[in-house]
Amino acid sequence: MIYNNFISKIPNGSLNDQWKNHKSTLKLVSPNNRSKLDIIIIGSGLSGGSAAATLAELGYKIKIFCYQDSPRRAHSVAAQGGINASKNYQGDNDSVDQLFYDTIKGGDYRSRESNVYRLSEISSNIIDQCVAQGVPFARDYSGYLENRSFGGTKVSRTFYAKGQTGQQLLLACYSAMSRQIGKGRIKMYTRHEMLDIVIIDGKARGIIARNLINGEIERHSSHAVIIASGGYGNVFFLSTNAMGSNSTAIWKVHKRGGYFANPCYTQIHPTCIPIHGNYQSKLTLMSESLRNDGRIWVPKKIEDALLIRNGNKIPKDIQEIERDYYLERRYPSFGNLVPRDVASRAAKERCDKGFGVVNNETKEGVFLDFTTYIKQYGKEKTNELGIHNSNEKTIQKLGKKGLKDKYGNLFHMYEKITNENPYETPMKIYPAVHYTMGGIWVDYNLMSTIPGCYVIGEANFSDHGANRLGASALMQGLADGYFIIPYTIADYLSEYIGKNNKKISIKHENFENSEKKVKNKIKKLLLNNGNISPDFFHKKLGNIMWKYVGMSRNENGLLKAIKDIQKLRNNFWKNIYIPGIDGFNSELEKAIRIADFLELGELISMDALKRKESCGSHFREEYKTKEGEALRDDINYKYVSVWEYNKGKPISEEIFHKESLIFNFSKLQFRSYK
Amino acid sequence: MKKLLSFVLKIWRQKNNKEKGKFYTYKVYDVSPNSSFLEMLDLLNNQIINNSKKETPIAFDHDCREGICGMCSLYINGRAHGKENLTTTCQLYMRRFYNINTIYIEPWRAKPFPIIKDLIVDRSSFDRIIMSGGFISVNTLGKTIDGNMIPISKENADKAFDSAVCIGCGACVAACKNRSAMLFVAAKISQFILLPQGKIERKQRVLNMVKKMDEEGFGNCTNTKSCEIECPKGISTENISLMNKEYIQSFI
Repeated sequence: MIYNNFISKIPNGSLNDQWKNHKSTLKLVSPNNRSKLDIIIIGSGLSGGSAAATLAELGYKIKIFCYQDSPRRAHSVAAQGGINASKNYQGDNDSVDQLFYDTIKGGDYRSRESNVYRLSEISSNIIDQCVAQGVPFARDYSGYLENRSFGGTKVSRTFYAKGQTGQQLLLACYSAMSRQIGKGRIKMYTRHEMLDIVIIDGKARGIIARNLINGEIERHSSHAVIIASGGYGNVFFLSTNAMGSNSTAIWKVHKRGGYFANPCYTQIHPTCIPIHGNYQSKLTLMSESLRNDGRIWVPKKIEDALLIRNGNKIPKDIQEIERDYYLERRYPSFGNLVPRDVASRAAKERCDKGFGVVNNETKEGVFLDFTTYIKQYGKEKTNELGIHNSNEKTIQKLGKKGLKDKYGNLFHMYEKITNENPYETPMKIYPAVHYTMGGIWVDYNLMSTIPGCYVIGEANFSDHGANRLGASALMQGLADGYFIIPYTIADYLSEYIGKNNKKISIKHENFENSEKKVKNKIKKLLLNNGNISPDFFHKKLGNIMWKYVGMSRNENGLLKAIKDIQKLRNNFWKNIYIPGIDGFNSELEKAIRIADFLELGELISMDALKRKESCGSHFREEYKTKEGEALRDDINYKYVSVWEYNKGKPISEEIFHKESLIFNFSKLQFRSYK
Repeated sequence: MKKLLSFVLKIWRQKNNKEKGKFYTYKVYDVSPNSSFLEMLDLLNNQIINNSKKETPIAFDHDCREGICGMCSLYINGRAHGKENLTTTCQLYMRRFYNINTIYIEPWRAKPFPIIKDLIVDRSSFDRIIMSGGFISVNTLGKTIDGNMIPISKENADKAFDSAVCIGCGACVAACKNRSAMLFVAAKISQFILLPQGKIERKQRVLNMVKKMDEEGFGNCTNTKSCEIECPKGISTENISLMNKEYIQSFI
């Protein structure tokens, strides 16, 4: 079988027929043959976990790997706000087409039409599936499913379980997966990390993994490999990702021939808790859903901002007329619910001008204020309860209770971290690195340029374009895992039925070579005679990335970033020091991951440099409108940038390809939220 | 800038499950009161790495550092996740230790949670309990009915959610003198009996999960409620009562 590597395989026909028609052309594997086929899955979050559960349900033999001590810890667990689906339960004229339109527009017309349409179609199934699995979604008093609204949309289509939707969805797919582990169809490898992918005859046939407890290097062979290892936001050091989230799996795929698409699209989430000091190890998100009921502002007068920062004034001292609700001012039709990239840049603009309200090194932070909600909701509630002559105190009390019911755990978390009570004083927030829209290039079947290597969830690139709308990550993870990969992977695996069904021996020389390479690298790191700890390099890299490749970028900055990263990488290999020996060694784990980040960081900068336009999260200062909005260039940049690793050469010599984006059904418009 | 803090730390160190462990004493300096407990340990580990080439950093479990993944553990001054209520170790901040000089740090201590290294324990027994029945046996290919065809009262949905928030950290076991895992198991049982979807398999589920829990070596509940006090997610022991009722009914 010959696989032509770099063809997107978008089916013919109109958008709403494509997936249906495509499925009818895909080959099948009969139930009695499925148990003869082995599939390896890397990552056990929403996409990997759901893929494992469903593929095992179908009868395939699965090995799944995660670096945590249990699949229930995957970082999907931390997603707060919710999951989108075009059910139109609220009767606000939502539809598959509307969700498709919002997502395409939200991604600033840099995603694939057919993938996004398929996602919108499947979204409804996901909710039904999860309800059946026992996910306790929020319900209204009549017993039906409740919805709320998120940034970049004008309808309420987000299903949620308080502020812990990701946790509930992950636990449901973890349970489904556990059921299959119990049956013996899935073998779970916890505290294991994939350190290489093994290619035999041009196809993905296995992996090299490291057992993180005893340091042993293991070989595992299979008929196909699915990468579901999540995003690479930790390249910025400070991010909302879990501490262990890393790019090693996708980077190894890239180094072995998997093309990398749109590496520079990094979502900056507007509502994180601002940075406090240089001891900080990570940033914590406050769900975007808070913007439903919170209003964002900074003082109108720069003197007031200064007084607040110095602690000489509190938010209550600033009169309504002296406050600048800048999102409502600039974007009257969407207000506080503009998409994440727009909200992030607007916050940066205010803070750059000196209006920030947080007394940290960078003076960065804005208020997220719930006073209006407390008043409105409290008043409504007193009416409902028939309390006449209600006083201010009762209204406040009921209003705060309403907030607690909706966002209790988020408010609790905020108070823990900042030591401020958000029921009494507005939250302070600032943008931070969150989700990466770029990733391994995949075709419509979610297969990378390496035959037999599939990439799903945040680890691939296809559905969110240059900016992801809120509550869409969970949707994509589950769509890929539950409903897409089971169909498309069968098409590939069907080739292995009959006389082709030869298992690959782990004694094959390519396994040998890959293992040797991995072992040598570990040896080199452990024996290096340096004196600098891994964390130092990670923080340094993060500083470079945030400063020059963060919320706004320009040519000189990016050129500097590339140089600085190269220098830092040299320094790393010269001076890295890892205490201890091979075996359980978290410093070694970190160093292996950082070595990959130090290469990926350069590619991200190269990609940002090449894209001489602004779109979604990628904001080049040279390309903006008079009002400071992102200025897209559809004539020259309506493509996916795709990078091919040039074997044996430095990152700076990667080969550049383009996948032209074809928009047959949506009209490319200037993205306005005014 | 607030005053930086310093502490004397007595930390349990143990090479692996076979060798004996003991407390070691460390001093950590320049701790910001705004840093988290784990960031304080990061700082200590960096001090260890920079000061000596002989000693290895302290191994501890952590990941999301947002209080939701359940990976962090630690027995701090005799309490699971420290003395603050409704808190995981990663969400415990050093400002709470302002007047404390010495901090004792130990791993979870329970036979079904064998020590892997230093402060890290193996909690895979929890996973095995879930495998034995902590699910609804639905085919995950999406051929289910519309979500609104199964109406659920708001009260029940909310209650099910309150039980479902368990993060599987194991603090309940660590806090219990009997090393009972009943709060963990009961939370899952309750979530499913409160929802119509979970009722079909209810008998088998409770029997399987309780059996597995016993096999793994967890003790029984004697209603001292220390699990409830230490649970970072505030899961109530009412769940245990509900599970007991369910267990007895499963024989009828």
